Amino acid sequence: MFSYCSDPDTLDTFRWFSCYLTNGVHWSFYASFLKVLALLAVTAPVALSFGFAGAMSARSHFPPFSWLGKTYIAIVRGVPDIAFFLFFVIALDQGFEWIRHKVLCPDWTDPIRQGNDFLVCQAAKLPLGTSPEWVHETYGFFLAVITFSIVFGAFAANVLFGGMRAVPHAQLETAEAYGMSRRQTFWKILVPQMWVYALPGLSNLWMVLIKATPLLFLLGIEDIVYWARELGGTKTSKFTQYPHGDWRMWYFLALLIFYLGMTRVSELGLEKLMRRLSHGQATSGGELLRKETTA
Amino acid sequence: MSCVQTIQDYGLRSLGLGERLLPKTDFTLCEHFTLIGSGMIWNIYFGIMAMVTGFFLATALAMGKASSNKWLRKPSEWFIFLFRGSPLFIQFFFAYFFFLSLKKPYPMFDSFTSAWLGALIVLFLNTAAYSGEIFYGALRSIPKGDIEAADAYGMSGWSRFQRIIWPTMLRLAWPAYTNEAIFVFQSTTLVFFSAFPAWQQRGDALYYASYFADKTFNPFVPYPILAFYFILLTLVIVWGFGMVNKHLNRHLPAERKAKMRFRLNLAR
Repeated sequence: MFSYCSDPDTLDTFRWFSCYLTNGVHWSFYASFLKVLALLAVTAPVALSFGFAGAMSARSHFPPFSWLGKTYIAIVRGVPDIAFFLFFVIALDQGFEWIRHKVLCPDWTDPIRQGNDFLVCQAAKLPLGTSPEWVHETYGFFLAVITFSIVFGAFAANVLFGGMRAVPHAQLETAEAYGMSRRQTFWKILVPQMWVYALPGLSNLWMVLIKATPLLFLLGIEDIVYWARELGGTKTSKFTQYPHGDWRMWYFLALLIFYLGMTRVSELGLEKLMRRLSHGQATSGGELLRKETTA
Repeated sequence: MSCVQTIQDYGLRSLGLGERLLPKTDFTLCEHFTLIGSGMIWNIYFGIMAMVTGFFLATALAMGKASSNKWLRKPSEWFIFLFRGSPLFIQFFFAYFFFLSLKKPYPMFDSFTSAWLGALIVLFLNTAAYSGEIFYGALRSIPKGDIEAADAYGMSGWSRFQRIIWPTMLRLAWPAYTNEAIFVFQSTTLVFFSAFPAWQQRGDALYYASYFADKTFNPFVPYPILAFYFILLTLVIVWGFGMVNKHLNRHLPAERKAKMRFRLNLAR
C-alpha cells in the first residue's frame, strides 16, 4: 500500500509489517470481519421475528399451531447446533432446487435421487452454472443467514415464550375488564411489557449468537476463520513477497481478542438497555432505579 | 451382510478396532446407526472427562472470584472472562496451533496435538470457566443465615466450607449445572470440525454423520440419527443429574425442594 513497499526484502521490521498487513489478501481478511458483522446485523432481527412467530404460535389456542410452535422450540433443544448448521445448508439447498425443479421442468421423468446423486434439471440449479462469482457467494451467505435464523429463532421463541408468561396475569385481566379484545390485549398490553422479562434471555442469546459466528466457516463461507487459516499458514518466498513461518497461532489469537472485544462492548451496551427498559417496571431492577432517583 | 456382522465390524471403529475401511457405497441404515453410535464413544469420553476434571477447577474459580483477596479474585475473573467471552470454536483452533508450535522445540508436547488430549484440555478449561461462573452465582445466593449459623456453632475455615458452604452452593447451582453438562456434551461435536485431525478416520458421531452426508448427498438420514443419539444422551444426563439433585435436596421439606427446571441449551 505504501510507496516503500515495492521491495519487501530490504525493509526493517516495522516497515515490513506495515506493508505485510496492508497487502491485498489482508484486505480480504479485514473485509471478512465485515461479513461477520453483516451476518450479525441481518440474523438478529430475522431470528427475533422467527422467534416471535414461534412464541405466538406456541401460545395459540388452536392446537395444530401450538404443537407446531412447541415442536419447533423442542427440536432445537437437545441436539448440537452445529449438526443443525451442517444439516440445513444441504437440506435448504436441495429443498430450493427441488421446488424449482418441479416448477421449471414439469416434464422431467427421471427420479431426482439416483443412488448417491441428487439430480435436478439444468434450469433448476441454484445458483445457475452460468451466473457470476458474486451470485454464488451471495447465495451461500443467504443460506447461512436462513440457517442461523432458524436455529436462533427457536432459542428466541423459547425466551419470548417465557417472557410472555412472566407478565403479571393481573395486567391481562385488567385489560379484559376494560373490554379489550384478545388481539388488543396481546398487542397493547402483553407485547410492550414482555421485553423487560425477556431481555436477560435475549442478551444471553445475543452473546451466544456472537460466539456462533465462527461456525460460518463450516457453511463454506470465506469468513475470518478461513482467512486466518489461509494467511497464517507457512509461506515460502516462491509464492509471496512476504515469506514467513507458521503464524496461524497468532492469527487465531487476533480472532480471540476480536471476539473478547465484541463481548465486552455488548455487555456494556446491554447493561444500558436493561436500565432503560427497567424504568418504571414493577421488577426489582425497576425498584432499584426508582430508589436511586428519589434518594 | 447382516446387521450383527456390521455391528461387530464397525461398533468400535471410532477406537480403531474392527474393520479398517469405512463403507464406501450402498450404505444401509444399520451401518448409519452403528458408525454414528460408535462415534458417540468419543463424545461421551470428552464430555465425562471434561465435566469431572472441570468440576474441581470450577469450584476453585468460584471461590477465587468470591474471594476478597485481589490476587485471587482478579486472575479468576480474567480466566472466566477469557473462556466465556470467546467462541469455543476459536479456542480449539488457537489451542491446536499453539500446541503445534510448542511441539517443534519440545517433543514432549507431541500428544497435545491429538484430539484425545489437546481438545480435552480446551474443553476442561472452557467448562471450568462456565461452571465457575454458575458456582459463583450460587455462592452469592447462599442464605446469610446459614453462614451465620455456622459461625455460631464455632465452625470456620475448612470445616465451614466443607459442611455448609460447598453443599449449599452445589444444591443451588445444580439445575444450572445440569444445563452446563448438556452443553458440554453438545459442544464435544466441535472437536473434529476445528483443527484437530481425526486420525485414521477415528472421529466422533458428527464426524461420521457428515461423512455419510457427504458421500450420499442426503442429509435426511444421518443427521436425524445423530439427533436421536443426542436426545437419548440428553435424557440420560437429565436423569442422572436429577438423581443427584434429589440427593442434594433430601433434607428439605417437600414443598421447598428446588424443582429441576431445564431451560434452553444454547450453543457457544
